[in-house]
Order: sequence, then C-alpha cells, then structure tokens
Amino acid sequence: MLLVHASQLFAQQYPERPSPPRLVNDFASILNPEEQQLLENKLVAYDDSTSTQIAIVTLKTLDGFPIEDYTFELAERWGVGRSKKDNGVMIMVAAEDRKVFIATGYGMEGTITDARAKNIIENSIKPNFKAIRYYQGLDEATNRIIAYASGEYVNDEPKRNEFPWMQILFAFIFIVLAITIRVNQVKRYARINHLSFWTAWMLLNQSALPHRGSWGGFSGRGGSSGGGFGGFGGGSFGGGGAGGSW
Amino acid sequence: MKKLLILGSIVLLLAWWLSSSYNRLVSKNEEANAAWQNVESDYQRRLDLIPNLVSTVKGYAEFEKSTLEAVVQARAQATQVKLDPSNLNKENLAAFQQAQGAVSSSLSRLLVTVEQYPDLKANQNFLELQAELTGTENRIKVSRNNFNEAVKNYNLSVKSFPTNIMASMFGFQARAYFEADAGAEKAPKVEF
Repeated sequence: MLLVHASQLFAQQYPERPSPPRLVNDFASILNPEEQQLLENKLVAYDDSTSTQIAIVTLKTLDGFPIEDYTFELAERWGVGRSKKDNGVMIMVAAEDRKVFIATGYGMEGTITDARAKNIIENSIKPNFKAIRYYQGLDEATNRIIAYASGEYVNDEPKRNEFPWMQILFAFIFIVLAITIRVNQVKRYARINHLSFWTAWMLLNQSALPHRGSWGGFSGRGGSSGGGFGGFGGGSFGGGGAGGSW
Repeated sequence: MKKLLILGSIVLLLAWWLSSSYNRLVSKNEEANAAWQNVESDYQRRLDLIPNLVSTVKGYAEFEKSTLEAVVQARAQATQVKLDPSNLNKENLAAFQQAQGAVSSSLSRLLVTVEQYPDLKANQNFLELQAELTGTENRIKVSRNNFNEAVKNYNLSVKSFPTNIMASMFGFQARAYFEADAGAEKAPKVEF
C-alpha cells in the first residue's frame, strides 16, 4: 500500500507530455511569453526541416534529485526526437537550484558529444544565466546545437499541406460568393428605384441594409498558417550529454 | 467422434499456449542479453577513455605517480573481466562489478587530486575528457537500469504462474540483477 503510494508520488514529479505539444515548456516562468514564442518558433522550424527535436524544460527545483537522471527520464517519457533516429535533445533548467543539463538522444551523441555539450553549458549558458539573461542563454545554446548538428538529419516525412491551399480556396470561393450576392442586391435595388448601378451601390452602403455580411468580414479562421509543433516522436536517451551549475 | 474433436482442440490449444509462452521467454531472455551488451559497452567506453586521460595528466610532471598508477592498474584488471551474457550469475556479476568498482574509485581519487592543479584543470583536453567521463558514468547508470529492468521483466515471467511451469520444464532460470554496490553506484561527481 505504502509502496504504491510512493511510486504514484514519484510519477507525479514528471510533468505530463504537453498538450497541445510544445517544445518550450517554461514551468519556472523564467521567460516572458514573447521569448517563449521566439524559441518555440525557431525550434519548431528546425524540427520541420530536420526532424531533430530540441525540447526546453524549465523547473523551479529538483529538491536534490540529480538533474541528469531527471532529464534522461523525462526526455525518455516524452519521447523527444524521432523513434528510429533518436534525434532528440532536452535542455533542462532547474532555476532555483541554478542547475542546467543538456541530454542528447542516442542519435545525437555523435554530433553533440559530451565535450561539446559541456562547452555549450560553460560558454553559452553559464555567462548568460549568471547575468539573468535566460533567453539569450537558451537562444545561443540552441543555435550552437543546431550548428553542430547541421546536415546530420533531414526531415524525410515533412508535414503535408504546409501551404494552406484549401483554406485559400475556401476563402476565395467565399469572397466571390459575397461579391456576387452584393452585386445582385445592388442591381435589384437599382432596377426597382431606377438608379444607376453606382448610385445604388453608394446608397446601399450608406443605409446599412439589414444584412450582416459587411466587407472584410472574412478575416477569421484562416489564421495560424505556420502550424505548430507536431508532437514528440518517441526518441530514446542513453545517458549522453553534460550539465553544470551557474 | 465428438470426444476426439474436443480432445484434439484442447491439445492444439495447449500446444499453442506452450509455444507462445516459450517464445516469449526466449525473447525476454534475449532482451536481457542485449541490455547486458549495452552495459558492457558503456563500461568499455570508460576503459577506452582512461589511456587518454592518463597521458593528459602525465604531462604535468609534478602530478603524483601513485594515483595515476592506481588507475592504470585498475583498468588493466577490469579489462580482463569479460562476461558471457548467457552466463551471468551472481558470482560473475559480482566479479565484474568489483573490477569496475576499483576503476571507479581510483578514477574519482584521481579527479579529486586534479583539484590541486589549476593548470591541468584549465587544460582544454582535460576538460573535454572530463565531460566525456562524466557522460560515460551517466550512460553506465542508464544502461544498468535498463538491464535490471529487462531482467526484472524476464524474471517475472519465469517465476509467475503458469509460465513458471514452462520455465522449469525447459530450464529457464531466474537471472541475477546487476546490483549497485556503494563504489560503483556513485559516479565521480566532478564539478570544478
């Protein structure tokens, strides 16, 4: 009974996979929303082009639990990287402990060697974090990871329909339909009142007719065209990486 | 006729159950073997790093010879302990662990001594080796956990009813865990 309880408690210490999926998970709130979005956009774009997934997780404290063990476990649970390539990286920040760890998936150990990971920690993360420049530290660190890993993987199963053709088509049909209806309205109004087309047009626009659809009414829906992060792919971690404290 | 049919189907069902649980045992056993290979290769990775480390440290003439020699010796002994994954009993594993434990403790002693040499501590080569060494200790931890997980999974099948009948019929025995002793469990924490 006690044992079950303890293991449940333990399980709760690992956050669930983010839903909707995100690569930047700032649980400790050390980044402002804009910075989170900038990092997220960069990492999502990188995942789209290379299928390599770099996840950032920040926590307040690990209460003395070794950060490396925690990072491996969480990265494995979330499955950062693709399952066959194991090309995932997780950057873990324990803000109050002032500890950071970069865990590399099996497939990343060759390019992001432990020595390189350590170097990123020492020279990109530590100096920035010491000056409370969390965003700059993470931005620089991810840039260097991307640079080291360049050419290692390509995304061979890119997201389909990157360009929102269907949405554009529907928007176009909607516009044509709206114009046709409007023109017909104006024509009828002109015929009944013996006015020229353009006079009728202007009159109709001045007196708000009891039909809702005004111009420019079709801005909604179509947004968020870039598409967010598609989700973690089941990558596996074997203990590669390096850490440090600032 | 009817009786024969029922009897036949029972026999078939039994045969199906026997073969499927047999195959499951075999594959779980193989998984444990594969997990052991990972453990061994991670330990090997550490042994492979040592010559580099030694030659880097050696460059600092004033460095104590005895600590270096202890590492070299422990490595030489550990290299000789090679295990056959299909024959991992408690004694085998304990011998392996003891040899690797000696490497661990001599290494951590070496790294503690390095503390007194600021030049060496700042040496780029040394810093990289140190990062690789720490990473290797982490890999060992992970692969050891995975091995124990695989053994647990296999042992559960071997010991629980009704597969245990099968297991004893075909001579599947419970496997030994890789128990962490005090020396091996503690990765040399090197935070300079």
